[in-house]
Amino acid sequence: MTSADTHRTIDAVWRIESPRIIAGIARIVRDLGLAEELAQDALIAALEQWPAEGIPDNPGAWLTAAAKHRAIDHFRRNKRLEQKHEELRYQLEGRQNVPDYDSALDDEFGDDLLRLVFTACHPVLSSEARVALTLRLLGGLTTAEIARAYLISEATVAQRIVRAKRTLSDNRVPFEVPRGEELASRLSSVLEVIYLIFNEGYTATAGSDWTRPALCEEALRLGRILAELVPNDPEVHGIVALMEIQASRSRARVSASGEPILILDQNRALWDQLLIRRGLAGLERAQKLGGSHGPYTLQAAIAACHARALVPEETEWERIAALYAELAQLMPSPIVDLNRAVAIAMAFGPQAGLALVDQLAAEPALQSYHLLPSVRGDLLTKLGRFDEARGEFERAASLTSNARERELLLERAQHALSLSNPHGRSRIHPDPER
Amino acid sequence: MRFLMMVKAPENSGPPPKELMDAMGKLAEEAMKSGEMIETGGLGPTAAGSRVRLSGGKITVTDGPFTEAKEVFGGYAVFELKSKEEAIERTRRFMELHHKYWPGWEGETEVRPMFSMTQQATAR
Repeated sequence: MTSADTHRTIDAVWRIESPRIIAGIARIVRDLGLAEELAQDALIAALEQWPAEGIPDNPGAWLTAAAKHRAIDHFRRNKRLEQKHEELRYQLEGRQNVPDYDSALDDEFGDDLLRLVFTACHPVLSSEARVALTLRLLGGLTTAEIARAYLISEATVAQRIVRAKRTLSDNRVPFEVPRGEELASRLSSVLEVIYLIFNEGYTATAGSDWTRPALCEEALRLGRILAELVPNDPEVHGIVALMEIQASRSRARVSASGEPILILDQNRALWDQLLIRRGLAGLERAQKLGGSHGPYTLQAAIAACHARALVPEETEWERIAALYAELAQLMPSPIVDLNRAVAIAMAFGPQAGLALVDQLAAEPALQSYHLLPSVRGDLLTKLGRFDEARGEFERAASLTSNARERELLLERAQHALSLSNPHGRSRIHPDPER
Repeated sequence: MRFLMMVKAPENSGPPPKELMDAMGKLAEEAMKSGEMIETGGLGPTAAGSRVRLSGGKITVTDGPFTEAKEVFGGYAVFELKSKEEAIERTRRFMELHHKYWPGWEGETEVRPMFSMTQQATAR
């Protein structure tokens, strides 16, 4: 094995092992920042020793042991923590009897990991800090990788992580899983972080950089972990189902030349059936747990309506409209309303959709949102009001900041202009959801 | 990146020892809990399978068992991982369990990148 190979293997082992090592050490030293430093020291030792001595038979156990020794050294150096040192020795000696690493993969690991998730997503941190810390500690991403994914400088990421760790330390945030009533609100903070990460990757238009889709994969992985660790919370399964189904369309939603393809125009053969199957199973699980009315589960149910339709004509628009209505009650948002208007137009005709869109026209939050005039333009086209439609498409074009999208909207304005023929092709703009 | 791992071994290897099944169950559980294994399954005997071959413009169907094959596929798993090295590391652990709990067993696991979300199957 060349030294480069060894480094790549160390990289892989680190990604697999680092969350559990950091979490295990954090449980002992009760400080997340310190735990990460100690784990990093162990990684550095591996990078120094393995290329010369070869990769140990059980690299995960090696790294864990190395990090623990560093934890002991740390306490030895710190005399004021003498007592804690004894406590630690006691704990470590108890654990050193574990003869093989396989049997150390018990529930305790799950608990450690859960503590890590809740601490990294603690509400005392800004959402940016939570995202960075989560990607770093749970995703095993380097500062450089996070910076690349978010198109920000490495220094900014590093600073965010340092500050986050300091904030946790200053606020004496305990390294534990919240209980009772606190659990629900803390869990929603975790779900928010996961979905932020997912969306960051999912909404990125095109781009060949692997880090953006990698964010989707990372969010999915975190969601799947959480679904195993907190199996009885419906919204956890709801968010995983939502992400699985949305991710199933990844390959179909951007053309070879990088332009976005709307859901009704996508080649459904490119949808990932494995992810759809997992998503539908997750949704069912969420619903069985009584979560049908949670925000993520509702969104997953909407995504599932599309996923179940083998061809666009089979889409259950009435059901989608009803689900959006429920979602709008739960988290009122003009964007949800706009989606609902589109579903209503598909289910009950363009006139019904237009009535709702017109109500939204005065909504301040949508004043510069290009999809409003774009949807309106589609409905007007469908109703044969081509002149008005053209105006809407032009307005939409002036509002979008995406050059390719502007081009498409102007083409549609042109198309509306040319539609004097009553048999001309007119089509409704599909659901603006992705 | 998505990977397909297919394990191949002589078909007459006999049933795996219980210790191996337990250890593999644990490994699979861990891989599920880490959110990385998204699908897994075992394959029935080749006696129950067939091969459909196109050759020289002719399609021929041959029913199993495939006695001439030294090793046949017995099971598979689909993982979503960040790199090929991770896939190899996961597979190495799977094979180590065989070494530990099934003395004398020999076989091979083929690790292949799949086209998926990122379409980076050829990367690295």
